[in-house]
Amino acid sequence: MRHFVIVGILVVVMAVLTYFGLVVAGVATQMHPIEASLQSVSIDWLWHWEIMAISFLFSLIIVPMVYSMVVFRRKKGDTTDAEHIEGNTTLEITWTVIPLIVVLILAYMGAYSLGQTRRVDPNAIVIKVKAQQFTWTFEYPNTGIISEELHLPVNQQVVLQMESTDVIHSFWVPEFRVKQDVVPGRVTEYRITPTLVGTYKVRCAELCGMSHYAMESLVIVDAQADYTTWIDQQSKAAFEASQSPEGLGKLLIVQNGCIGCHSTDGLKMAGPTWFELYGSAVLLADGSTVTADDAYLRDSILNPKAQMVDGFPPIMPAFDKLSDSDIANIIAYLKTLK
Amino acid sequence: MKKFFSTALVRGLFWQLIGTLVGAGLVTGIRMMMGLSATDKFFFTEPAWVLGGFFGVLFFLAGNGSVTDWFKWARGVDTPEHHEEKFSGWEKYLNVSLDHKVIGVQYTVTALLLICLGGLFALIFRTELAQSQLQFLKVDMQLFGQNGPELYNTLMSLHGMVMIVSILLGIAGIINYVVPLLLGAQDMAFPRLNAFSYWIAVPAAVLLVMSLIFGGFGTGWTGYPPLSSRAPVGVQMFFLGVFTAGWSSILGALNVIVTVVRMRSKGMVAMRMPIFVWASVATSIIALTATQLIGLSFQLVMFQRLFGMGFFDPAKGGNPVLFQHLFWFYSHPAVYVFVLPGLGVISELLPVFARKPLFGYRWVAMSSLGIALVGFLVWAHHMFTSGMNEYLRVPFMYSTLLVAVPTGVKFFSWVATIWKGKLTYPTPMLFVLGGLVSFLLGGLTGPPNATVSVDLHLHDTYFIVGHFHDTIFGGFLFPFFGALYYWFPKATGRRMNEFWGKVHFWLMTPSFFILTLGMMQVGLLGMRRRIVDYDPALGFDSTHLVLTIVGYLIGLSVLIFVINFFHSIKNGEKAEGNVWNSRSPEWQVPSPMPTHNYDQPFEVVGEPYDYGLEGSQYVKFAEPAKSNTKHK
Repeated sequence: MRHFVIVGILVVVMAVLTYFGLVVAGVATQMHPIEASLQSVSIDWLWHWEIMAISFLFSLIIVPMVYSMVVFRRKKGDTTDAEHIEGNTTLEITWTVIPLIVVLILAYMGAYSLGQTRRVDPNAIVIKVKAQQFTWTFEYPNTGIISEELHLPVNQQVVLQMESTDVIHSFWVPEFRVKQDVVPGRVTEYRITPTLVGTYKVRCAELCGMSHYAMESLVIVDAQADYTTWIDQQSKAAFEASQSPEGLGKLLIVQNGCIGCHSTDGLKMAGPTWFELYGSAVLLADGSTVTADDAYLRDSILNPKAQMVDGFPPIMPAFDKLSDSDIANIIAYLKTLK
Repeated sequence: MKKFFSTALVRGLFWQLIGTLVGAGLVTGIRMMMGLSATDKFFFTEPAWVLGGFFGVLFFLAGNGSVTDWFKWARGVDTPEHHEEKFSGWEKYLNVSLDHKVIGVQYTVTALLLICLGGLFALIFRTELAQSQLQFLKVDMQLFGQNGPELYNTLMSLHGMVMIVSILLGIAGIINYVVPLLLGAQDMAFPRLNAFSYWIAVPAAVLLVMSLIFGGFGTGWTGYPPLSSRAPVGVQMFFLGVFTAGWSSILGALNVIVTVVRMRSKGMVAMRMPIFVWASVATSIIALTATQLIGLSFQLVMFQRLFGMGFFDPAKGGNPVLFQHLFWFYSHPAVYVFVLPGLGVISELLPVFARKPLFGYRWVAMSSLGIALVGFLVWAHHMFTSGMNEYLRVPFMYSTLLVAVPTGVKFFSWVATIWKGKLTYPTPMLFVLGGLVSFLLGGLTGPPNATVSVDLHLHDTYFIVGHFHDTIFGGFLFPFFGALYYWFPKATGRRMNEFWGKVHFWLMTPSFFILTLGMMQVGLLGMRRRIVDYDPALGFDSTHLVLTIVGYLIGLSVLIFVINFFHSIKNGEKAEGNVWNSRSPEWQVPSPMPTHNYDQPFEVVGEPYDYGLEGSQYVKFAEPAKSNTKHK
């Protein structure tokens, strides 16, 4: 009996210590990183309960085990066997039924918490998200805005309607907690209510190919007034851009995700940079050199594998859905990159 | 040297090469006649390599002699019932043998080689991950037609699948060696099928590694389409390798079930079977019935690539999420295939070293079956974020959490077995206890992944990676090492060095806990899995450096184990008696075990784990066995 009392006390002490250890490690009361959405509140609430349960169950197993290993270990010279205890049906039933009840409660809490994260606000703002290897593009309906970064107003539910043009991606902003895959051939929905103004990043969470690790874009949660200003400026800029070929070209570049692999400032990415590309001499993989003129650029968009630039893998898909005027606009934009 | 080149292994590999060229040549010939291109980036075209890979496996099996007896039977030629060993020493293990003990060793050593290979892959990419930014797997490097990040993806994927195959072979090794001995059987029910199951795994492993040089496959071991339908030719080798390894697993499982049902000693009723036998049956039921689904799902992607069938291609009316259902219908139960034998080893060895009966034998036995059965109903918990129908998520959460109940029964019963036990701590026991703690950490970090809302955060992060490694080290690797230290004297008549065994344990265990706890921590903070580089702004550099260092320490400890293992075969301390003072039948006769196992049949006359009960015994031999230790 004495052993059971000691072990009982030690289990409680150990459970408390484990719990506070996890709090100090910064992973207990609230999952890091910071909580920046309404949905994360109920997720972190459940997580906190789970951490407490884990601390207790960990101690419940470890303490009697270690206690027994130390206190009852074989003494020197003892060659006899231990006490013959075969089992105890009451105990077995107890530790089957109680855990059963516990997991049913946990599952109920899980369902409740899931319900909270899926709560629908009928006035949610709709934003369209396009995922492709290896960029995110955000389209704001009825404004003409197509953006590389996602701006969201604080304390307002938004619904992201997400589509993928190639493989499966997954939309995850760690500060928002919630994650949703983006699957080709269907629209998946991501509902979020940001609660904290700040700059975050969406990070693709489903392996999507070579540059999966770099498939990140800025997510900026603005105060309501700043958001309105941003929308106004951007829609005005989008309108102005649509009046000139190079403006339209830039829009197409964003829309088609080209900047996932091509930089406009000279930085080497998965594909060659466009900075000072137009009119320059390009060394091809077969050793020959071509001048980057209209015909070359056009071919490189429609049939990229025909003339591979030296030192780059043949990973670019053919963009043969672009019209002649689209391509002319893109080339007009490339000319401006000096 | 000449002996080496005439072994079944070398002959098989030679014929696999020939078969690959024949298959590839056949398709290329047909393509040329049809006016299609004959060559591609990797010399032959993709369809040519696929048929080549397939032919390679067939040629391997035909060429190394593992199907010879069947061919003889088909021609009406009789073969002797009991095969006498034609070879001795190391040659026995590189040739086709029908002895379950030899096959068990073949499986085990192959598994160890693959563990080393998979570990090597892990060390390569852990080195890259030690710091943020790309250090040596850079975008402008090229190897096997892959640049740095692509090579990372391939190595990471291969680490997963090579380790999975090594686990399947490892458990097959232990089961093959131990189960017939525990049952008192002379061999497995189907010795030729047993040899076939082992030998088909060898070309499978070769195919898997071949994928590395055919452009790799950066899809993860899960091979989700559309990514896998766009990957290089390597992914086809990966599919073929998994498909072939699956054959090994299915046929091996069939053999185990039949052996247990048909070949138990007199008096060994179900509730008097050693607990490891229960675990082996539970794991075999899953392997026999679920493995087909991973083979099928990969085969569908293979056909999608070869014949343009749009099973998972939305442009052709296919559905990428369907693949995930098919895939996880095996691949979730598969993790129970991996861990149940290991948990069986824990249950089997604890009573021996605690000198106490296994607490609640019936409950522990039934919990294995319970886990196996519930395990079939939980697969979609891998898909909570996949975009499958939303209403499916809650029932799968409930079913997944139910797994905690039989798992809890095991833990409580183990603790009750240890309680008041007179414990000693030789190396096998250390690994059993290490496995118990590791599996506890894996088990406790499971329910958060099962509750859907929390999983929305945890899914596809390092938290999952840490959780998974805890379950697999605890459920497989620790008990596997424990089992090897424990049964090594039975196979060789010598024991492994105790000092280096303890060094192995004390080097590996703390390193491993740092590794997985560290993984879980960065996972919670936002570290995605399967990435070659991470945002330096996240501040994970110092943690990742530590993870890499402990990764190397684990590698070092396994190296120590491997050296100890091979060195002790010839040089270990002699141990021919009942080394661990066990009640189990295989320890009642001298080691190493003779070719046809027990000289006299035994009858089960008591409970398997009645340690501490005066005058009780588990088995009684027909005549006094040539044992030099008393029966306890």
